[in-house]
Amino acid sequence: MIDSITGGELPTRHIISIGDFDRNEIDRLLDHAGQIDNKNYDENALRGKILAALFFEPSTRTRMSFESAMARLGGTSLSVGSIEACSMAKGETLADTIRVVSGYADAIVIRHPKEGAARLAAEFSTVPVINAGDGAGQHPSQTLLDLYTIRQSMPIDGIDIALIGDLRYGRTAHSLAFALSLYNARLHTISPKGLELPATLAAELAGRGMEIIEHDDIGEVISEVDALYMTRIQRERFPDSASYFNVSSNYRITPELLARAKRHLIILHPLPRVDEIDPRVDESSHARYFEQSRNGVPVRMAMLMQVLQ
Amino acid sequence: MTNTESAENEGLLVRRIRNGTVIDHIDGGEALNVVKILGITGTTQESLSIATNVPSRDMGRKDIVKLANRELSKEEVDRIALISPRATINIIRNFKVCEKKGVETPSLIEGLVRCPNPGCISNTNEPILSKFRVTPKGLHCCYCDWVIAKDVPGHII
Repeated sequence: MIDSITGGELPTRHIISIGDFDRNEIDRLLDHAGQIDNKNYDENALRGKILAALFFEPSTRTRMSFESAMARLGGTSLSVGSIEACSMAKGETLADTIRVVSGYADAIVIRHPKEGAARLAAEFSTVPVINAGDGAGQHPSQTLLDLYTIRQSMPIDGIDIALIGDLRYGRTAHSLAFALSLYNARLHTISPKGLELPATLAAELAGRGMEIIEHDDIGEVISEVDALYMTRIQRERFPDSASYFNVSSNYRITPELLARAKRHLIILHPLPRVDEIDPRVDESSHARYFEQSRNGVPVRMAMLMQVLQ
Repeated sequence: MTNTESAENEGLLVRRIRNGTVIDHIDGGEALNVVKILGITGTTQESLSIATNVPSRDMGRKDIVKLANRELSKEEVDRIALISPRATINIIRNFKVCEKKGVETPSLIEGLVRCPNPGCISNTNEPILSKFRVTPKGLHCCYCDWVIAKDVPGHII
Protein backbone atom coordinates (compact mmCIF):
# COMPACT_ATOMS: atom_id res chain seq x y z
CA MET A 1 0.00 0.00 0.00
CA ILE A 2 1.24 3.48 -0.87
CA ASP A 3 1.77 6.27 1.65
CA SER A 4 0.07 9.36 0.22
CA ILE A 5 2.58 11.62 1.98
CA THR A 6 5.90 10.05 1.06
CA GLY A 7 4.74 8.24 -2.06
CA GLY A 8 6.59 5.18 -0.77
CA GLU A 9 5.39 1.88 0.61
CA LEU A 10 3.74 2.25 4.00
CA PRO A 11 6.03 0.55 6.52
CA THR A 12 3.08 -0.41 8.71
CA ARG A 13 -0.10 -1.61 7.05
CA HIS A 14 -2.56 1.16 7.78
CA ILE A 15 -5.96 1.52 6.11
CA ILE A 16 -6.68 5.24 5.97
CA SER A 17 -8.37 6.08 2.69
CA ILE A 18 -9.99 4.15 -0.13
CA GLY A 19 -7.74 6.28 -2.35
CA ASP A 20 -4.75 4.35 -1.03
CA PHE A 21 -6.09 1.17 -2.66
CA ASP A 22 -5.81 0.21 -6.29
CA ARG A 23 -8.47 -1.86 -8.03
CA ASN A 24 -6.63 -5.16 -7.51
CA GLU A 25 -6.18 -4.53 -3.80
CA ILE A 26 -9.90 -3.83 -3.40
CA ASP A 27 -10.88 -6.92 -5.38
CA ARG A 28 -8.52 -9.12 -3.37
CA LEU A 29 -9.92 -7.83 -0.10
CA LEU A 30 -13.51 -8.36 -1.26
CA ASP A 31 -12.62 -11.89 -2.44
CA HIS A 32 -11.22 -12.59 1.00
CA ALA A 33 -14.37 -11.21 2.66
CA GLY A 34 -16.37 -13.57 0.44
CA GLN A 35 -14.35 -16.55 1.68
CA ILE A 36 -14.91 -15.44 5.25
CA ASP A 37 -18.63 -15.09 4.55
CA ASN A 38 -18.62 -18.72 3.42
CA LYS A 39 -17.15 -19.68 6.81
CA ASN A 40 -13.84 -20.43 5.17
CA TYR A 41 -11.53 -18.89 7.77
CA ASP A 42 -9.46 -19.75 10.83
CA GLU A 43 -11.39 -18.80 13.96
CA ASN A 44 -8.11 -18.36 15.81
CA ALA A 45 -6.41 -16.31 13.11
CA LEU A 46 -6.02 -13.32 15.44
CA ARG A 47 -5.83 -15.18 18.74
CA GLY A 48 -3.80 -13.16 21.23
CA LYS A 49 -4.16 -9.95 19.21
CA ILE A 50 -5.73 -6.84 20.71
CA LEU A 51 -7.64 -4.15 18.82
CA ALA A 52 -7.97 -0.69 20.43
CA ALA A 53 -11.22 1.01 19.40
CA LEU A 54 -10.79 4.78 19.71
CA PHE A 55 -14.13 6.34 18.89
CA PHE A 56 -14.17 10.07 19.51
CA GLU A 57 -17.57 10.31 17.84
CA PRO A 58 -20.69 8.21 18.36
CA SER A 59 -20.86 4.94 16.43
CA THR A 60 -23.03 1.86 16.66
CA ARG A 61 -22.57 -0.23 13.54
CA THR A 62 -18.94 0.51 12.77
CA ARG A 63 -17.72 0.03 16.32
CA MET A 64 -19.77 -3.10 17.05
CA SER A 65 -18.94 -4.73 13.74
CA PHE A 66 -15.19 -4.14 14.24
CA GLU A 67 -15.46 -5.64 17.72
CA SER A 68 -17.53 -8.53 16.40
CA ALA A 69 -15.02 -9.08 13.57
CA MET A 70 -12.15 -9.16 16.05
CA ALA A 71 -13.98 -11.59 18.33
CA ARG A 72 -14.85 -13.93 15.45
CA LEU A 73 -11.14 -14.19 14.61
CA GLY A 74 -10.20 -15.03 18.19
CA GLY A 75 -8.89 -11.57 19.12
CA THR A 76 -10.03 -9.11 21.74
CA SER A 77 -10.93 -5.41 21.73
CA LEU A 78 -10.20 -2.57 24.11
CA SER A 79 -12.06 0.69 24.19
CA VAL A 80 -12.51 3.77 26.33
CA GLY A 81 -15.94 3.93 27.88
CA SER A 82 -16.95 7.36 26.66
CA ILE A 83 -15.42 10.38 25.02
CA GLU A 84 -15.73 12.32 28.29
CA ALA A 85 -13.82 9.60 30.15
CA CYS A 86 -10.75 9.65 27.92
CA SER A 87 -7.61 11.69 28.32
CA MET A 88 -8.37 13.86 25.29
CA ALA A 89 -11.13 15.41 27.37
CA LYS A 90 -8.28 16.59 29.62
CA GLY A 91 -6.57 18.29 26.68
CA GLU A 92 -4.20 15.54 25.53
CA THR A 93 -3.30 15.72 21.86
CA LEU A 94 -4.38 12.93 19.55
CA ALA A 95 -0.70 12.34 18.77
CA ASP A 96 0.03 11.57 22.43
CA THR A 97 -3.08 9.41 22.81
CA ILE A 98 -2.01 7.37 19.79
CA ARG A 99 1.57 6.96 21.04
CA VAL A 100 0.23 5.66 24.36
CA VAL A 101 -2.43 3.37 22.91
CA SER A 102 0.10 1.91 20.43
CA GLY A 103 1.72 0.35 23.46
CA TYR A 104 -1.48 -1.35 24.59
CA ALA A 105 -2.77 -2.89 21.37
CA ASP A 106 -1.74 -4.57 18.13
CA ALA A 107 -3.95 -2.36 15.96
CA ILE A 108 -6.02 0.80 16.38
CA VAL A 109 -9.36 1.58 14.80
CA ILE A 110 -10.18 5.26 15.07
CA ARG A 111 -13.15 7.55 14.44
CA HIS A 112 -12.55 11.24 15.00
CA PRO A 113 -14.41 14.47 14.16
CA LYS A 114 -11.41 16.11 12.45
CA GLU A 115 -10.54 15.35 8.84
CA GLY A 116 -7.10 13.82 8.49
CA ALA A 117 -7.09 12.53 12.08
CA ALA A 118 -6.50 8.94 10.98
CA ARG A 119 -3.60 10.03 8.76
CA LEU A 120 -2.08 11.80 11.75
CA ALA A 121 -2.68 8.73 13.91
CA ALA A 122 -0.83 6.60 11.36
CA GLU A 123 2.17 8.95 11.60
CA PHE A 124 2.43 8.53 15.36
CA SER A 125 1.35 4.91 15.75
CA THR A 126 3.73 1.97 15.92
CA VAL A 127 0.87 -0.42 15.12
CA PRO A 128 -1.55 -0.49 12.14
CA VAL A 129 -4.29 2.15 12.12
CA ILE A 130 -7.69 1.65 10.48
CA ASN A 131 -9.76 4.74 9.75
CA ALA A 132 -13.37 4.32 10.86
CA GLY A 133 -14.37 7.82 9.75
CA ASP A 134 -12.65 11.18 10.12
CA GLY A 135 -15.03 14.13 10.01
CA ALA A 136 -16.41 14.64 6.53
CA GLY A 137 -13.37 12.80 5.18
CA GLN A 138 -12.80 9.11 4.63
CA HIS A 139 -14.54 5.96 5.81
CA PRO A 140 -12.82 3.16 3.87
CA SER A 141 -14.35 0.19 5.71
CA GLN A 142 -17.84 1.48 4.85
CA THR A 143 -16.84 1.84 1.20
CA LEU A 144 -15.45 -1.68 1.08
CA LEU A 145 -18.62 -3.15 2.54
CA ASP A 146 -20.73 -1.05 0.15
CA LEU A 147 -18.76 -2.46 -2.78
CA TYR A 148 -19.03 -5.95 -1.32
CA THR A 149 -22.81 -5.60 -1.08
CA ILE A 150 -23.10 -4.42 -4.69
CA ARG A 151 -20.90 -7.28 -5.82
CA GLN A 152 -23.17 -9.80 -4.11
CA SER A 153 -25.93 -8.79 -6.53
CA MET A 154 -24.13 -7.83 -9.72
CA PRO A 155 -20.67 -7.17 -11.16
CA ILE A 156 -19.63 -3.65 -10.14
CA ASP A 157 -18.12 -2.83 -13.53
CA GLY A 158 -20.10 -0.33 -15.54
CA ILE A 159 -23.12 -0.05 -13.24
CA ASP A 160 -25.40 2.97 -13.18
CA ILE A 161 -25.68 4.09 -9.57
CA ALA A 162 -27.59 7.00 -8.06
CA LEU A 163 -26.23 8.76 -4.99
CA ILE A 164 -29.08 10.46 -3.19
CA GLY A 165 -29.30 12.86 -0.26
CA ASP A 166 -26.55 14.83 1.46
CA LEU A 167 -23.69 14.48 -0.99
CA ARG A 168 -21.79 17.48 0.34
CA TYR A 169 -21.04 16.30 3.85
CA GLY A 170 -21.69 12.57 3.45
CA ARG A 171 -18.29 10.92 3.69
CA THR A 172 -19.65 7.50 2.73
CA ALA A 173 -20.92 8.88 -0.58
CA HIS A 174 -17.56 10.57 -1.31
CA SER A 175 -15.52 7.45 -0.65
CA LEU A 176 -17.90 5.23 -2.59
CA ALA A 177 -17.95 7.57 -5.58
CA PHE A 178 -14.17 7.58 -5.58
CA ALA A 179 -13.97 3.78 -5.44
CA LEU A 180 -16.60 3.37 -8.16
CA SER A 181 -14.44 5.44 -10.48
CA LEU A 182 -12.14 2.39 -10.53
CA TYR A 183 -15.02 0.31 -11.91
CA ASN A 184 -16.19 2.59 -14.76
CA ALA A 185 -19.49 3.15 -13.00
CA ARG A 186 -21.80 5.93 -14.17
CA LEU A 187 -22.81 8.23 -11.34
CA HIS A 188 -26.21 9.91 -11.05
CA THR A 189 -26.49 12.48 -8.27
CA ILE A 190 -29.68 13.77 -6.68
CA SER A 191 -29.30 16.16 -3.76
CA PRO A 192 -30.92 19.25 -2.25
CA LYS A 193 -29.56 22.64 -3.22
CA GLY A 194 -26.47 23.37 -1.17
CA LEU A 195 -25.81 19.70 -0.42
CA GLU A 196 -24.47 18.74 -3.87
CA LEU A 197 -21.32 16.72 -4.43
CA PRO A 198 -18.38 19.08 -3.75
CA ALA A 199 -17.11 20.61 -6.98
CA THR A 200 -13.52 19.56 -6.25
CA LEU A 201 -14.56 15.92 -5.86
CA ALA A 202 -16.78 16.05 -8.95
CA ALA A 203 -13.86 17.47 -10.94
CA GLU A 204 -11.51 14.80 -9.62
CA LEU A 205 -13.95 12.02 -10.50
CA ALA A 206 -14.47 13.49 -13.96
CA GLY A 207 -10.69 13.63 -14.33
CA ARG A 208 -10.63 9.90 -13.58
CA GLY A 209 -12.99 9.36 -16.50
CA MET A 210 -16.20 9.02 -14.51
CA GLU A 211 -19.46 10.20 -16.07
CA ILE A 212 -21.52 12.17 -13.54
CA ILE A 213 -25.09 13.20 -14.30
CA GLU A 214 -27.03 15.52 -12.00
CA HIS A 215 -30.78 15.10 -11.64
CA ASP A 216 -33.48 17.11 -9.94
CA ASP A 217 -35.47 14.22 -8.54
CA ILE A 218 -35.31 10.49 -8.06
CA GLY A 219 -38.17 9.86 -10.47
CA GLU A 220 -35.93 10.94 -13.37
CA VAL A 221 -33.54 8.04 -12.88
CA ILE A 222 -35.44 5.33 -11.06
CA SER A 223 -35.97 3.30 -14.22
CA GLU A 224 -32.36 3.68 -15.41
CA VAL A 225 -30.18 2.75 -12.46
CA ASP A 226 -28.92 -0.55 -11.09
CA ALA A 227 -28.34 0.71 -7.58
CA LEU A 228 -29.58 3.50 -5.33
CA TYR A 229 -27.28 4.70 -2.56
CA MET A 230 -29.31 6.67 -0.05
CA THR A 231 -27.76 8.94 2.56
CA ARG A 232 -29.40 10.67 5.46
CA ILE A 233 -30.14 14.37 5.15
CA GLN A 234 -29.31 15.84 8.52
CA ARG A 235 -31.77 18.22 10.09
CA GLU A 236 -28.99 20.48 11.36
CA ARG A 237 -28.06 21.41 7.78
CA PHE A 238 -31.27 23.43 7.51
CA PRO A 239 -32.24 26.70 9.19
CA ASP A 240 -35.54 25.35 10.55
CA SER A 241 -37.62 22.18 10.78
CA ALA A 242 -40.11 23.31 8.16
CA SER A 243 -37.49 23.69 5.43
CA TYR A 244 -35.93 20.36 6.47
CA PHE A 245 -39.24 18.49 6.16
CA ASN A 246 -40.01 20.27 2.92
CA VAL A 247 -36.73 19.10 1.36
CA SER A 248 -36.45 15.65 2.93
CA SER A 249 -39.88 14.59 1.70
CA ASN A 250 -38.57 14.94 -1.86
CA TYR A 251 -35.71 12.52 -1.17
CA ARG A 252 -37.68 9.53 -0.04
CA ILE A 253 -37.89 6.02 -1.48
CA THR A 254 -41.37 4.51 -1.50
CA PRO A 255 -42.87 1.31 -2.95
CA GLU A 256 -44.81 3.50 -5.40
CA LEU A 257 -41.57 5.01 -6.72
CA LEU A 258 -40.01 1.56 -7.03
CA ALA A 259 -42.83 0.34 -9.29
CA ARG A 260 -40.85 1.79 -12.23
CA ALA A 261 -37.47 0.40 -11.14
CA LYS A 262 -35.44 -2.31 -12.87
CA ARG A 263 -36.14 -5.71 -11.34
CA HIS A 264 -32.55 -6.14 -10.22
CA LEU A 265 -32.25 -2.66 -8.67
CA ILE A 266 -30.69 -2.71 -5.20
CA ILE A 267 -31.07 -0.07 -2.51
CA LEU A 268 -28.16 0.63 -0.18
CA HIS A 269 -27.97 2.91 2.84
CA PRO A 270 -25.08 3.22 5.33
CA LEU A 271 -27.69 3.60 8.10
CA PRO A 272 -29.02 4.94 10.37
CA ARG A 273 -31.99 5.98 8.27
CA VAL A 274 -34.65 8.37 9.42
CA ASP A 275 -37.40 9.01 6.87
CA GLU A 276 -35.55 8.59 3.60
CA ILE A 277 -36.66 4.99 3.04
CA ASP A 278 -40.28 4.07 3.65
CA PRO A 279 -40.35 1.04 6.02
CA ARG A 280 -42.61 -0.71 3.51
CA VAL A 281 -39.59 -0.92 1.21
CA ASP A 282 -37.80 -3.17 3.73
CA GLU A 283 -39.75 -6.19 2.54
CA SER A 284 -39.13 -5.57 -1.17
CA SER A 285 -36.61 -7.53 -3.21
CA HIS A 286 -34.69 -4.30 -3.76
CA ALA A 287 -33.77 -3.63 -0.13
CA ARG A 288 -30.16 -4.50 0.72
CA TYR A 289 -29.36 -2.10 3.56
CA PHE A 290 -29.67 -4.55 6.44
CA GLU A 291 -27.63 -7.11 4.56
CA GLN A 292 -25.17 -4.32 3.82
CA SER A 293 -24.89 -3.61 7.53
CA ARG A 294 -24.35 -7.30 8.25
CA ASN A 295 -21.63 -7.40 5.58
CA GLY A 296 -19.64 -5.06 7.78
CA VAL A 297 -18.45 -8.04 9.78
CA PRO A 298 -16.83 -10.23 7.06
CA VAL A 299 -15.39 -7.17 5.31
CA ARG A 300 -13.89 -5.86 8.56
CA MET A 301 -12.60 -9.35 9.37
CA ALA A 302 -10.76 -9.29 6.04
CA MET A 303 -9.40 -5.81 6.84
CA LEU A 304 -8.21 -6.85 10.30
CA MET A 305 -6.50 -9.91 8.87
CA GLN A 306 -4.83 -7.76 6.24
CA VAL A 307 -3.26 -5.40 8.77
CA LEU A 308 -2.59 -7.88 11.58
CA GLN A 309 -1.27 -10.95 9.81
CA MET B 1 33.26 49.41 -19.71
CA THR B 2 33.11 49.60 -15.92
CA ASN B 3 30.54 47.74 -13.92
CA THR B 4 28.81 51.02 -13.07
CA GLU B 5 28.53 52.07 -16.71
CA SER B 6 27.26 48.64 -17.59
CA ALA B 7 24.60 48.90 -14.95
CA GLU B 8 23.51 52.31 -16.22
CA ASN B 9 23.36 51.08 -19.79
CA GLU B 10 21.21 48.15 -18.78
CA GLY B 11 18.97 50.50 -16.89
CA LEU B 12 19.16 48.83 -13.49
CA LEU B 13 16.65 50.33 -11.12
CA VAL B 14 18.36 49.21 -7.96
CA ARG B 15 21.99 48.99 -6.93
CA ARG B 16 24.03 45.89 -7.35
CA ILE B 17 24.68 43.92 -4.22
CA ARG B 18 28.09 42.78 -2.99
CA ASN B 19 26.88 39.52 -1.44
CA GLY B 20 23.51 37.86 -1.35
CA THR B 21 20.84 36.56 -3.71
CA VAL B 22 19.18 38.06 -6.76
CA ILE B 23 15.87 36.47 -7.69
CA ASP B 24 15.24 37.33 -11.32
CA HIS B 25 12.51 36.53 -13.83
CA ILE B 26 9.77 36.60 -11.24
CA ASP B 27 6.37 36.81 -12.94
CA GLY B 28 5.32 40.46 -13.12
CA GLY B 29 3.51 41.54 -9.96
CA GLU B 30 4.57 38.53 -7.85
CA ALA B 31 7.62 40.07 -6.13
CA LEU B 32 5.79 40.88 -2.92
CA ASN B 33 4.46 37.34 -2.77
CA VAL B 34 7.98 36.01 -3.26
CA VAL B 35 9.10 38.12 -0.32
CA LYS B 36 6.18 36.79 1.70
CA ILE B 37 6.90 33.17 0.85
CA LEU B 38 10.48 33.68 2.01
CA GLY B 39 9.20 34.84 5.37
CA ILE B 40 10.63 38.34 5.00
CA THR B 41 8.62 40.96 6.85
CA GLY B 42 9.21 44.49 8.06
CA THR B 43 10.63 43.12 11.29
CA THR B 44 13.27 40.86 9.77
CA GLN B 45 16.83 42.11 9.20
CA GLU B 46 17.39 41.64 5.47
CA SER B 47 18.45 44.51 3.23
CA LEU B 48 15.98 44.16 0.40
CA SER B 49 15.46 45.79 -3.00
CA ILE B 50 12.47 45.11 -5.17
CA ALA B 51 11.84 46.07 -8.77
CA THR B 52 8.44 45.39 -10.21
CA ASN B 53 7.11 45.36 -13.76
CA VAL B 54 10.53 45.74 -15.32
CA PRO B 55 10.39 45.33 -19.11
CA SER B 56 11.64 41.90 -20.12
CA ARG B 57 12.36 40.63 -23.60
CA ASP B 58 11.24 37.10 -22.78
CA MET B 59 8.50 37.72 -20.27
CA GLY B 60 7.02 41.08 -21.25
CA ARG B 61 7.41 42.30 -17.70
CA LYS B 62 9.09 40.78 -14.72
CA ASP B 63 9.93 41.47 -11.12
CA ILE B 64 13.33 41.28 -9.45
CA VAL B 65 14.15 40.86 -5.77
CA LYS B 66 17.65 41.52 -4.44
CA LEU B 67 18.47 40.23 -1.03
CA ALA B 68 21.76 41.47 0.43
CA ASN B 69 23.91 39.32 2.70
CA ARG B 70 21.69 36.29 2.55
CA GLU B 71 22.10 33.23 0.37
CA LEU B 72 18.89 31.34 -0.02
CA SER B 73 18.87 27.62 0.67
CA LYS B 74 17.54 25.15 -1.89
CA GLU B 75 14.39 24.61 0.16
CA GLU B 76 13.73 28.37 0.22
CA VAL B 77 14.44 28.69 -3.47
CA ASP B 78 12.05 25.90 -4.36
CA ARG B 79 9.23 27.55 -2.44
CA ILE B 80 9.41 30.34 -5.01
CA ALA B 81 8.46 27.86 -7.72
CA LEU B 82 4.99 27.65 -6.17
CA ILE B 83 4.20 31.18 -7.30
CA SER B 84 6.73 31.90 -10.02
CA PRO B 85 8.09 28.76 -11.66
CA ARG B 86 10.20 30.70 -14.22
CA ALA B 87 12.20 32.55 -11.58
CA THR B 88 15.98 32.27 -11.63
CA ILE B 89 18.29 32.54 -8.67
CA ASN B 90 21.71 34.19 -8.76
CA ILE B 91 23.96 33.80 -5.75
CA ILE B 92 26.25 36.83 -5.57
CA ARG B 93 29.62 36.86 -3.86
CA ASN B 94 31.80 39.96 -4.08
CA PHE B 95 29.63 41.40 -6.90
CA LYS B 96 30.04 38.25 -8.99
CA VAL B 97 27.41 35.72 -9.89
CA CYS B 98 28.81 32.55 -8.34
CA GLU B 99 25.83 30.32 -8.83
CA LYS B 100 22.90 30.56 -11.21
CA LYS B 101 19.99 28.19 -10.93
CA GLY B 102 16.33 27.81 -11.71
CA VAL B 103 13.70 26.92 -9.21
CA GLU B 104 12.34 23.41 -8.96
CA THR B 105 8.81 22.77 -7.83
CA PRO B 106 9.05 20.77 -4.60
CA SER B 107 6.99 17.58 -4.37
CA LEU B 108 6.08 18.20 -0.73
CA ILE B 109 5.89 21.40 1.30
CA GLU B 110 5.74 21.33 5.07
CA GLY B 111 4.86 24.07 7.51
CA LEU B 112 4.57 26.77 4.85
CA VAL B 113 0.89 26.89 3.96
CA ARG B 114 -2.14 26.65 6.21
CA CYS B 115 -4.92 24.27 5.17
CA PRO B 116 -8.06 26.32 4.42
CA ASN B 117 -10.29 23.50 5.71
CA PRO B 118 -11.30 24.51 9.24
CA GLY B 119 -12.09 20.86 9.99
CA CYS B 120 -8.57 19.67 9.09
CA ILE B 121 -6.54 18.08 11.89
CA SER B 122 -3.56 20.24 10.85
CA ASN B 123 -5.45 23.31 12.13
CA THR B 124 -5.52 22.04 15.70
CA ASN B 125 -2.96 21.96 18.51
CA GLU B 126 -1.46 18.68 17.32
CA PRO B 127 2.37 18.61 17.15
CA ILE B 128 2.53 18.50 13.36
CA LEU B 129 3.39 20.80 10.47
CA SER B 130 0.94 21.27 7.64
CA LYS B 131 1.86 19.00 4.72
CA PHE B 132 0.89 19.51 1.10
CA ARG B 133 1.73 17.47 -1.97
CA VAL B 134 2.33 19.66 -4.99
CA THR B 135 0.15 18.39 -7.84
CA PRO B 136 -0.78 19.80 -11.26
CA LYS B 137 -4.16 20.80 -9.78
CA GLY B 138 -2.68 22.67 -6.83
CA LEU B 139 -1.53 21.95 -3.30
CA HIS B 140 -3.12 18.79 -1.91
CA CYS B 141 -3.40 18.59 1.89
CA CYS B 142 -1.85 15.28 2.95
CA TYR B 143 -4.17 15.11 5.94
CA CYS B 144 -7.65 16.06 4.74
CA ASP B 145 -7.23 15.95 0.90
CA TRP B 146 -8.33 19.61 0.50
CA VAL B 147 -6.83 21.15 -2.64
CA ILE B 148 -5.61 24.75 -2.78
CA ALA B 149 -6.03 25.47 -6.47
CA LYS B 150 -5.39 29.22 -6.42
CA ASP B 151 -4.03 32.04 -4.29
CA VAL B 152 -1.23 30.04 -2.70
CA PRO B 153 0.36 33.22 -1.24
CA GLY B 154 -2.92 33.95 0.56
CA HIS B 155 -2.52 30.69 2.50
CA ILE B 156 1.06 31.15 3.61
CA ILE B 157 1.42 30.82 7.36
